[in-house]
Amino acid sequence: MPTITAGDMAKELRQFVVDNFLFGRDRPFSDEDSLIENGLIDSTGVLELIAFLEEKYAIRIEQAEMIPDNLDSIHNLSDFVRGKRQAPA
Amino acid sequence: MCGICGILGLEGRPADPILLKGMVSQLRHRGPDGRGMHRDGALGLGHARLSIIDVAGGYQPMSNRDGSLWITFNGEIFNYVELREELETRGHRFATKSDTEVILHLYQEHGKDCVQAMNGQWALAIWDRRERTLFLSRDRLGIRPLFYTTADETLLFASEIKALLAHPAVTPQLDLIGLDQIFTFWCMLPPRTAFRGIQELPPGHSMTVRNGAIKLERYWRLAYDGEPDAARSEESYAEELRDLLLDATRIRLRADVPVGAYLSGGIDSAVIASMARECVGGRLKTFSVAFADPEHDESPYQQEAAEWLQTEHHSVLCANADIALEFPEMIRHTETPILRTAPAPLFRLSRLVREQGYKVVLTGEGADEFLGGYDIFKEAKIRRFCATFPESRRRPLLLKRLYPYLSGLQSQSPAYLQAFFRMRPGDVNSPFFSHLPRWELTAQLKMFFSRDVREELSSYNALAEFAASLPSSYGSWHPFHQAQYLEATCLLPGYILSSQGDRAAMAHSVEGRFPFLDHRVVEFTTRVPPHLKMKALKEKYLLKKAAGERIPPAVRDRPKQPYRAPDAASFFPPGGETQPEYLQEVLSPGRIRQDGIFDAGGVEKLLEKARRGRTIGVKDNQAVVGILSAQLWMHHFMRGVNHADDYSRGHGQGIAPVRR
Repeated sequence: MPTITAGDMAKELRQFVVDNFLFGRDRPFSDEDSLIENGLIDSTGVLELIAFLEEKYAIRIEQAEMIPDNLDSIHNLSDFVRGKRQAPA
Repeated sequence: MCGICGILGLEGRPADPILLKGMVSQLRHRGPDGRGMHRDGALGLGHARLSIIDVAGGYQPMSNRDGSLWITFNGEIFNYVELREELETRGHRFATKSDTEVILHLYQEHGKDCVQAMNGQWALAIWDRRERTLFLSRDRLGIRPLFYTTADETLLFASEIKALLAHPAVTPQLDLIGLDQIFTFWCMLPPRTAFRGIQELPPGHSMTVRNGAIKLERYWRLAYDGEPDAARSEESYAEELRDLLLDATRIRLRADVPVGAYLSGGIDSAVIASMARECVGGRLKTFSVAFADPEHDESPYQQEAAEWLQTEHHSVLCANADIALEFPEMIRHTETPILRTAPAPLFRLSRLVREQGYKVVLTGEGADEFLGGYDIFKEAKIRRFCATFPESRRRPLLLKRLYPYLSGLQSQSPAYLQAFFRMRPGDVNSPFFSHLPRWELTAQLKMFFSRDVREELSSYNALAEFAASLPSSYGSWHPFHQAQYLEATCLLPGYILSSQGDRAAMAHSVEGRFPFLDHRVVEFTTRVPPHLKMKALKEKYLLKKAAGERIPPAVRDRPKQPYRAPDAASFFPPGGETQPEYLQEVLSPGRIRQDGIFDAGGVEKLLEKARRGRTIGVKDNQAVVGILSAQLWMHHFMRGVNHADDYSRGHGQGIAPVRR
């Protein structure tokens, strides 16, 4: 599996959020900001996000992992996905 | 039912007959059976007629015997038989059998207070020749539409805005505050319309115009001020509801033409159809929409109800492509941008009714608002329950029971549910507690507005405007009643009864009648304790109890499914079939920039997502429909496209600066 730096991944994730939920309007939000609390993502948005992660990073996300602690900021997402990719399948 | 219009020179200028004729002809679809006009100096009244009561004698505008009062009237006064008897005992003599003439006599007797005695749905204008006074009135809940504006020292009014646009000085311009409200509440707050400078007469209001001065007056208001009767039994409430509904249905069957009924597959329309059948004593004709898309289709329940009630049932199948096909014409009728396609299938349904030779249908509108059917009431109840113990991880799981038809929500973890329906400190004290999640989600669509529009609207706050209009006692009402009030005064008249009601039906000259909106029923429901409307999380508990065995158990006990239609998928078929041609035209980046409402880059990204079939969430679907309908609105009204009339206009200058 190709390695990807934390910075690059954060960039890719941010691009997805901006394109898909903000439709290109790069409203300022930090890598630590909650996607839900800032109105960036709603209940279907989470499913879109999961579908994107699974496809883009070839990972499988279990029901138990679908929690805000893993998915609710660019930073958490990046950590979570990188962790998944390093874990033995 | 009909279309009405009129003009009054505020400085005494004589009414222009050509203008009046032009206005009436814009309302032809509402009243194809005849048209009439009356002029008296500065006053002109027009009428496009759909004959329903006293087919031979009900011509309008109509005058009283000595010609001192003239009326143009759209709607029905269902208790006209009783009112007439009363008036006759006081010496009034009648020349026709119509309800219209009853209003004239009632006005003669009580002046503007005549509306207090009227049970019905109306938009009307009465010209008092002796007093040189014009009186306009609209029914309590906003069933029949009435719009007005002033231009060139002239007051103009009509059932639909298109008739007002017949005046050369009335220029259509998009009202940006109206747009902001639609992109918050799903509709506008009365008296605002999508057209700057054009108002609606709010529900429950009358207007008097005398010596050039216009005076508005509220004659009725929905209020939950009564104290519930703690000693009263459930059975007693259910019995009164049943009796009232039966009588409301009985008087709504008064017509000289046959009356049919809609069957949606839900309990409200089934209850009304069962009562209608009981009153008629014979076979009833019923009508439904069936969807090709199984997610939205309710035809098995419709069939079940039709068989149970032994009606002669007709249904029209609506495919996604049909919605796309009807949508532009639907927007010409709604005269406002909307966030849902749901009026389009009803537009097809009214065509079916018309083809079957019917002009009048009973429907179940109003039960969800007044008897506690909507999910938003349930959601608010659960959120309030969660707020009392915010750390609970179990309580948010109740939210899954709310939206069984939303698969996206069903697969969420408790932690996410808790996060989505989160509350900020202070939310529980907001007068809008029940509606905050909906309105805040919808308001996010404003990110598609162009920079100019966002700047124009930067200091406008739709919620503050709504808050300022709430009754003074609102804060003391039960939270359930507050939520009911918000639904019944905002979305009910602003969307359900207009875009999805009057306009969808009258496009094919079909009149809807709504027993649940009889003001006696509505006033009764304000006195029913909230726990009988929604018992725990059982919606419309009292209505189900009152309905009993009238309706099939499968319909009575099924989970509530709100009436919805495929939205984005109607225009962007998942299989990649051809999209309707008009989409390319009104949504092209060039057109978006030219019209100036939306940000072309953002819209393009949304459309890309839609073309890939990825616009699956509520917000994305609303964005697609809202943007498309606003662009079609511009197309029809600013560019005069598809209008076989004389008011086509040039491009641009279509957006009015914000003015409060």
